[in-house]
Amino acid sequence: MAFDNPDKAPPANTGLLIAAGILLVIPMAALVPVGLYSKIDPKLGAFPFFVWYQMLWVFLCAGCTSLAYVIVKKARPHVALPAEPEGRHSADHGVAVAEKTASPDPADATDLGKDGDRS
Amino acid sequence: MTTATPALAALAGKANPSHPNDGVHVVALSILIIVFVVVAVMGFLASRWRRTTSMDSLDEWGLGGRSFGTWITWFLLGGDLYTAYTFVAVPAAMFATGAVAGFFAVPYTIVAYPIIFFFMSRLWSVSHRHGYVTSADFVRGRYGSRSLSLAIAITGFVATMPYIALQLVGIQAVLEVAGIGGGSNWLAKDAPLFVAFLVLAAYTYTSGLRAPAVIAFVKDILIYLVIIVAVIYLPSKVGGWDHIFHATQEKMATKNPKTGKPTGSLLVPHSSQWAYVTLAFGSAMALFMYPHSITAVLSSKSRGTIRKNAAILPAYSFVLALLALLGWVAIAAGTKPIGSDGKPNPQLVVPQLFADQFPSWFAGLAFAAIAIGALVPAAIMSIAAANTFTRNIYKEWLKPDATVAQEAKVSKLVSLVVKVFALGFVLTMDKQNAINLQLLGGIWILQTFPAIVIGLYTRWLHRWALLAGWAVAMVYGTYKAYGVSSPATKHFGGSNAVIPIIGKLGYIALTAVVINVVIAVVLTALLRAVKVPAGADETVAIDYFVDEDDPRAQRYDPNPFDEESIAADSVGRHKASPA
Repeated sequence: MAFDNPDKAPPANTGLLIAAGILLVIPMAALVPVGLYSKIDPKLGAFPFFVWYQMLWVFLCAGCTSLAYVIVKKARPHVALPAEPEGRHSADHGVAVAEKTASPDPADATDLGKDGDRS
Repeated sequence: MTTATPALAALAGKANPSHPNDGVHVVALSILIIVFVVVAVMGFLASRWRRTTSMDSLDEWGLGGRSFGTWITWFLLGGDLYTAYTFVAVPAAMFATGAVAGFFAVPYTIVAYPIIFFFMSRLWSVSHRHGYVTSADFVRGRYGSRSLSLAIAITGFVATMPYIALQLVGIQAVLEVAGIGGGSNWLAKDAPLFVAFLVLAAYTYTSGLRAPAVIAFVKDILIYLVIIVAVIYLPSKVGGWDHIFHATQEKMATKNPKTGKPTGSLLVPHSSQWAYVTLAFGSAMALFMYPHSITAVLSSKSRGTIRKNAAILPAYSFVLALLALLGWVAIAAGTKPIGSDGKPNPQLVVPQLFADQFPSWFAGLAFAAIAIGALVPAAIMSIAAANTFTRNIYKEWLKPDATVAQEAKVSKLVSLVVKVFALGFVLTMDKQNAINLQLLGGIWILQTFPAIVIGLYTRWLHRWALLAGWAVAMVYGTYKAYGVSSPATKHFGGSNAVIPIIGKLGYIALTAVVINVVIAVVLTALLRAVKVPAGADETVAIDYFVDEDDPRAQRYDPNPFDEESIAADSVGRHKASPA
């Protein structure tokens, strides 16, 4: 993958991103309807449904986030940035940036391996 | 938090009778002291761990060199988010009033992780690219607004302070059950707390974030060990889970003589469903807005670390669920959480349960787990608060030309001041004040969510609109919380108030944040219509996706004689200019 425009996110497979998003929303959605799970029955052993249902979602949620992690990594492969100043960090910065209502931004310059500065 | 209702005297099968205030537990205390000494030594040695160059920068001292991998981050975040106060307060709430006030911690710590999965890696990337140390740094760079950044910084700082104080309340609960901390002589009473804090302050000062990272290993392993053993061993001892849930139902159905209402509830009653959900989601959204959470996240090595952690951190949530259930185990065991002043105090319920039912050496380990459980978050919180002060108040407003080494020095000193303040707070004021303020802190910190999280995706919201939304929500939340009374306290007695329009009780913070966003959106439309300048953005889209090997954006212009950059300096970070 080549890096082209600093004002655009790296290309991604939108379908996969949406799939990951859905996976992340599932555990949240499962815990919203309290009325549906605030019940004693069906019991699991001695445990009321209310208790074991929520504890089960600890594991299901971990599963959903793990799967989402794998999918997201696949959906948007990492694009390495060049060490050379590019786009915004070059002389004609600020022009391409949308929603510019104020003065242009400071001319940042990228630099590799300069330890001990503010960053 | 609510007050105690006297524990039921219904003693179960083979449970040992409860003996509150039966003198000093010598064996348990010895174990606690031994573990504490080991941990203190580790804290001091931590400064040599994964050492790179010098500790004289915020990146090294305050973020552990931004070098922590997945497992270290897991321990660090686990040690950071699941605090001593959590271990004391959650079972206490379960014991006193049941599910609504206690068990919501379970859905809360489940949904927190999908929520942060969405946005946290973006914050990591942009912070890595621009060297941000705090969330207010990001807001400063993203919106080009010093005042909005200051609002975020102060909110974070103020919300963290009572949280640190509450860690001490956690230690105090353990010491009280172990038999020290009673008596009238305040010096003798608080000397252990003094010593613990002195040691904590010293190794935090020398080792920075590496200290809690190293200690978190010991703390978390102890916690897992103690809770799992407790959950396997105690239920059979007190008569089995069936008996536990039965005893809980019985206790919760008992009428409170003062109010005439049931004590609490095993399930979530219909009237509290909104409260339960809003508490869970509101707390989950607020959790990673706290400076100490963000500090732990930014100390991780790569963009993927936090997402991997979102998948493995729920292990702690499971332990938290077990721990919450121990509050109910204590009901079946007939635990009597009575303080050294002779008054019932549900916060003592878990230490008291351990002291009653376990051999004293194991009770000592459990006490140590909770006490060290206070040290890790207290250290991270003080570091995070210090970083916030240094970056967003000292450097931004007082000394714009501060060097990296000066930043580190100020941060170290402030971390001490913050701890002293917390200690003074706990020793001189009523504990209830710390609890009230922590509750307020949760409401406040959530009000930084729109500026930070929405800012990670879009700059559409205007800086002044965000500031206005924040201000109104802060006032609204504080006012609403002030109006909530409980048997324990006249004001700030709880986190729920009637939600406007819906008309049910719900978490004040979530109502406030909705108001916050609505105001921000409406005012943004207005401000954009009249073309008020929106400030400069020093980030670009690509910054939100960088990873560990990508170069950092330089904030200082390497060529100061370039005319264009001089012109642009007026909005540069290193210039003190009004936003």
